[in-house]
Parts: sequence; C-alpha cells; structure tokens
Amino acid sequence: MSDPLLQPRPEGLYCPAGDFFIDPMLPVARAVVTHAHGDHARSGSGRYQVAAAGIGLMRERLGHDAVIDAHGYGEVFAMGDVSVSLHPSGHVLGAAQVRMAYDGRVVVVSGDYKREPDPTCVPFEPMPCDVFVTESTFGLPVYRWPPMAQVIDDLLAWWDDCARRQVPAVLFCYALGKAQRILAELALRTDRGVHLHGAMLRLVESYREAGVRMVPTEPVGESARGRDFAGELILAPPSAAGSPWMKRFAKASTGFASGWMQIRGNRRRRGYDRGFVVSDHADWPGLLKSIRDSQAKRVYVTHGDGETLIRYLREQGHDAQPLRVLRGSDNNESGG
Amino acid sequence: MQRFAALYAELDRTASTLAKREAIASYLRDAPAADAAWAVYVLGGGKLRRLATSTELRQALSASTGYADWLIDESYEKVGDLAETITLMLPAGDGTLADTSLQSWMEEKLPALGRLESAERIEQLREWWRRLPSTQVFLLNKLITGSMRVGVSQRLVVQSIAQWSEQSTDLIAHRMSGPWRPDAAALQALTRDADEGEHLADRPYPFFLASPLENDVETLGEPSLWLAEWKWDGIRAQLMRRDDNVGLWSRGEERLDGRFPEIERAALSLPADGVLDGEVLAWDAASMMPRPFTALQKRIGKLKPGAKLLTDAPVRFMAYDLLEIDGVDLRERPLQERRTLLAGLLEKTDAALMLSPSIVADAWEALATEREASRERQTEGLMLKRLDSPYRVGRKRGDWWKWKIDPHTLDAVLLYAQPGHGRRSGLFTDYTFGVWDGDTLVPVAKAYSGLDGAEIERLDRWIRAHTTDRFGPVRAVDAEQVFELAFEAVQLSGRHKSGVAVRFPRILRWRTDKGIGDADKLDDLRRLASG
Repeated sequence: MSDPLLQPRPEGLYCPAGDFFIDPMLPVARAVVTHAHGDHARSGSGRYQVAAAGIGLMRERLGHDAVIDAHGYGEVFAMGDVSVSLHPSGHVLGAAQVRMAYDGRVVVVSGDYKREPDPTCVPFEPMPCDVFVTESTFGLPVYRWPPMAQVIDDLLAWWDDCARRQVPAVLFCYALGKAQRILAELALRTDRGVHLHGAMLRLVESYREAGVRMVPTEPVGESARGRDFAGELILAPPSAAGSPWMKRFAKASTGFASGWMQIRGNRRRRGYDRGFVVSDHADWPGLLKSIRDSQAKRVYVTHGDGETLIRYLREQGHDAQPLRVLRGSDNNESGG
Repeated sequence: MQRFAALYAELDRTASTLAKREAIASYLRDAPAADAAWAVYVLGGGKLRRLATSTELRQALSASTGYADWLIDESYEKVGDLAETITLMLPAGDGTLADTSLQSWMEEKLPALGRLESAERIEQLREWWRRLPSTQVFLLNKLITGSMRVGVSQRLVVQSIAQWSEQSTDLIAHRMSGPWRPDAAALQALTRDADEGEHLADRPYPFFLASPLENDVETLGEPSLWLAEWKWDGIRAQLMRRDDNVGLWSRGEERLDGRFPEIERAALSLPADGVLDGEVLAWDAASMMPRPFTALQKRIGKLKPGAKLLTDAPVRFMAYDLLEIDGVDLRERPLQERRTLLAGLLEKTDAALMLSPSIVADAWEALATEREASRERQTEGLMLKRLDSPYRVGRKRGDWWKWKIDPHTLDAVLLYAQPGHGRRSGLFTDYTFGVWDGDTLVPVAKAYSGLDGAEIERLDRWIRAHTTDRFGPVRAVDAEQVFELAFEAVQLSGRHKSGVAVRFPRILRWRTDKGIGDADKLDDLRRLASG
C-alpha cells in the first residue's frame, strides 16, 4: 500500500507526507500518540504530540523528561505538509483520533474508541473522511454492550450481597480507564468508599487532578494489617488475581469488568464468580455505526477479529482492507 | 420460566457447591411443584429428545438476524455454545411469553415443537425468540439443545432435594435411580418419610464407586482386612431379579434389558431373588478370560442379538457384590458377609453368571506381583475393598480403591484442534494426535485433558498462528508439537482409519524437548494390539 498519509512500518503506522509515526512501538523522531495505554504510548521517541486532556497520564507513561506538545481537541497543527488535528475517541481520558488532511484528502486514524457515554472522557466525535482506520477488538456480532446503568445496578447488587454475606467483593479491572470509569459511574449513584490496589493509585490521582469526579478511595496497602474487608469493594488489576496479595481477602467473591465477560465461557474459564460487561472499546454495532458515520470510501481494520469485520464489510459493499500494525504482545491494559 | 431463569443465573454466578445447593433447595421451596419437578429433571441432566436440530437453530437465527451462515459459524466458534451464541446475536425480545411456566414449556410447547415440520419449527422458534426476554431465550435454547452446563451434577441435585425435604441423600438417590417421571406427584413422593417396607421394585440401587489409589498401597494397613479382586474392563451393571422379573441396569442407570439374553436367562436360574452388582464382559470360553472391550461393543448396540452374534460374542456377568436377597436390603452388612451370600447364591447356576474370584495374598508385595499380570489377564488392575465395609452410595473414599496398572504411553504429534465447550469454549482444547505410518502421520487418538490452564492458552495461541487448513470448526495445524499420551489399552479396529483403537487416551506432558521425528510408529501400536 503506497498512501502518502499511511504506511505500516516495523516501528508502527507511518505518515510519509508528515514524517511522523502514530503510536510507534519503537523509538522514532516524531510521534503522535492516541492515548496513554502501554501498548500505544511508549517512551524513547524524540518528540510527542498528544491531546491536552490526557497530558497528566502521558507524563506518567512517557517520563517527565519526554518532550511533549499538548493540543486541544480540534486544534490544527502542521506536521510536515500535513494538517493534523486530534479529536476525542471516547476510549479513556485524553484519548484521541488522529485526523490528517493533505492534498485534498482526509485520513482518520481512530485509535481505540467506544460510542457509549463515559463520565471520565469526552465522547467520540464522528468525522467525515476518505479513509477511516478502525480497531476491531470486539469485531463479532455477539459483542453488544448492555446499558452502563444496568451494569452498575448489577455491580451494586453484588456489592450489597457481599455485604450481607460478610465477604469482600474484589473487582478486577484494567488500571487505566476502566477503574476510573467505574469509580465515576459509582459516584453518580453512591458515595460509599472503595479500596484500591497500589497499581491504581497514581492513575486515579491523575484523573482527579483532571477534574473527574469519583467515589472516595483508599489504598488497600495503608489499611491496617488484619483489617477486615468484609462487605467492602476492592478494585485491583487482573494481574493481582491469584497472587499472594489476594490472601488478605479471605473468602472474597471475585468479579471481572471487561467486554470479554460478554461470553460465559471466558468468565467460567478464568474462575471469576461474576462478570460485568464493561468495555472501553466499540462493540459490533459501535464499529458499524462509526464506519457508517465516517462515510469513508476505504476502511482499514487493525487487530482483534479483523478478518471477520473485513469480510462482513465487503459483503455490505465497503472497500475494507486489513492493516497490520505490530502491537505489544502485552495487550493487558487495553485488551477489553 | 422466570423463577427458573433466576435460579439458573444464581447457579451460574457461583462456583461454590454449597451456594448452589442452597439456591436449588430454596427454589424447590418456592416454585410450584410441577415446575420444580421439571427443574430437578433438567438440572440432573434429563432432556427432551429431538426437538430441533442445530442446523434448524442456525437457520432460524440467520432468518431472524439476516446474518450469513459464515458469520454465525465464526461467532459460534468464539462462543463455544450454540444456545448462548443465538442469545447474543438476536435482537431483544418483547417478553410477552415471560410468564409461561417451565411445566408448560416442557409438557406442551416443546413437545409440540418436536412434532412440527422443519419449516414450521423454524418459524415457531423465531416467534418464541421474539417474545422472550434474553435470559429466557438462553434457557429455552439450552432446553432445546439439551445441556444445562451450569456446574450442577445429578449428585448435587440429590443433595439439594435432601436438604429441602430433610431426608437422607442416600434415600433420595435411591428413589431417583432409574427413570424418574418429572411431575408434582413424583417430586412429592421423593420427599416423604422413609417407611419400613418401602419397596423400590423397579429401581436399581445407587452404585458404590471406587476411588483411584493415589498413595502407597501400604498406607491401607493390614492386607488381611482387605479383599482383592481383578478390576474388570466391561460394563458395570446391576442384575436384578425380583418376583421372577429380571432387569439389567448400567451404571448410567439405563436399562440394558434385551441386549444380553444369556445373562437374563441365567438370572432366572438363581435359587433366590436378589440384586447383584458386577460387570458384563465379553468372554472367551476357551481361555477362560475376558476379551477386549471392543468385542463387547458389538453387543452393546444390538437390542435383540441373533443366534450368530450370541455364538460369536458371548458374554458373562462377573458378579462381585450382593445388595439384596429375597427382598432384604443387604447394603449395611459387611462386604465379607455379602460375599459369602453371593458365593452361595452362585454355587449352582448357569455358566453365564460367575463369581469374581478373590485374590488371596498375605502381603502387599504379593498383590503387587499379581497386579503385574493384569494385562495378560485382560484386566485393568486390582480392586481393593475393605472386608467390613457397607455398600455405600456414590463415590465415597476410604473403603473401595481401584489400583490400576500404570498406563501405556506414546509420543504423538498434534495434527488437528477443535474448540472446546462450556468452560473451555472459545479455546482450542480438543486435540487429535498422530503417529508415523511410514513417512506420513496418521491420526490415532483424540484427547481433551491433561494440560493446565496456562499450557492450554499457550497452545491455543500456537494453534491460531499455525493453522494450515480449516474444516468447519476443526483446524489442521503444522506438524511440530509432540505430546506424551497415556492410554489404557490398544486394540485392532476395523472402524478406525489407522486400524487401531486407543482406549482412554489423555495428555501426560507437552514434550517441547522432542521433535516430530521422535514420535512413535503405528507399527508398534499394531504389535501391542495384536500381542
């Protein structure tokens, strides 16, 4: 594929006309970074362009010495001959789609995105373009997200049930994005406090500094030894499951908040008691709607069940192509 | 079906047996008896037969969603459960059928579905889907496809009924053995107090199952307190004669009547009524030894065997326990006493009934030596039974042990993989392995178990990255990975492409240290089978 705006290279997705990479895997001179998850924001590049809304998280991720230019959503800046602007993708705080205009053509790289409302970030902005690059983490029709209010109902009912049974409720969720979204959704319904695993503290703090309202939180580590967590809700990253850290939560009921929980087998295989279907990625209807909204003549599909989505789009008369971009194998943070 | 849907959701969201038991018991307390009877039936694994084929379900789904078959197939491959795939793909229903009772579904609507012509059946399914909330769409599909898969065993159902009715689990298990009609009266009958002369004429006793001996045999203590017998490789069964009626029940509590007429005839020659526990074996009269299990397979499928088959593949009932004599339940008597009565009963009967011999040895070493001869005797090892033990219900550790011989092993190459179901849905967990026949690899064994969760996920990724061909859900993969398989026996077989049938294969280890050149040869398996 020889597009002056888009070229897959080993380092990542390259824009020849602007001489920059989007979410490079390896250090490059000039990078535009869509959001702060570890498989998209990698340190070591010369200079970064990011959305201003996520600057705090980016500094955490890229290091405090990194040279970072922050741009407001919609602000146009030049990279080489290309007019670039960043637009909300609704994925996590500060997440952006990259719009590139050059020689009368517009290409939008949407990064990771979702269409559901999220109190922690600005909603996805549909933009007409010639070429639309979409993710497809959940590119199968079985993925349709339930309304968030219903998920929070379930979550609160589970928490209450644990309180009745006097056992801790440990909810596993990704530390960046998902945890804060749940804390913010809870804040719309309750002011009960939640305990946090150490890996989440800085990130939750970053969100608070950015003005996101969440329920009160308390680090698990600071709680006195031998403290009884019966009836309490604890948030922890999935990597904490089965680790010695869990020993303090005797008889805990466990849950996992992820889009993968849409499928029963995923939950049962991992041995969680409860699955809560919450994702920061687009579901099947969300993918199709965004592709329609883009009015693009050509659609590139990256990772996930790309083949399925591509075949489906082609049957619907779209010009859909795969776009192979390397991502870290450690996809834990954004993987659902 | 709302209440049953709520029960299902509760069962689905806990792995705790205790919590499941409480949930079922509490459902039984609250639900109308006729619904509860059906819930007991389906949770215990009962199903209605031939309601709709999976092809019809897919056609109905395609018609209701407009999705192409390939998209439905790919979704199914990811989800691993057709009932769930359908639920996840359909648009939401309006719930107008939500209040239909489980009884009405099971006794009227679903049987009526089974009687429709295919095209009408598809239309009927679609209408139901439109009119049910999604939790019930899922359950309806589960009832039609026939497997609940919610981590509830028949045993757990029995325990729940026992908890709810405050009766002993053994009594409930016995009352539920054999066919059980799911209606309100039958459910009530399960829960009444035990009465002295309770006669369960048409039911077998719940089987007592042995556990594998994992510790050193010496830990069992004094050998003189134990009875040792061969572990026979046949069909475990109870042979009942009560008031001159003969019945033969398999361990799956299905009637085998008619299949083994020589055994039924022999039962009539017994000097008294009784219930015998034992094993149906294919028998070689010349060598006085059992024949391989495959010889028995010819007989299992044949409801009324003809004279030729009866001559070619004769069977014996190898009796090892006596549970009832002349209407008296012996299960609480010590094994030693039951054996004495059994031996007396079998003294002068037809040759088709045999007494499983006890192996006399005064030391464990002597038994271990005997055990080495198991294969030559066409047995799987030894059974060790405590002489003073009662005949218990189900798998209770401590009194009966199976001391099997070490399995054979072979190194084989992974050739095909298929996604699993239930807990393993969406992952490639069903594997086909091959060995060398000249310079080609031929499939000889399928195995599902033996790897841990991390290995399964690693192998799943490898399979996805090394797929060479697809046949429906089955993937052919690069011949690269070698696994060590254990198996109990190998027999020559005309029904298998390889010419051999490998019994009970399972994965011992992923041999990442071996190349495919190290895999075993078909000739060696053939030799083992004919030796």
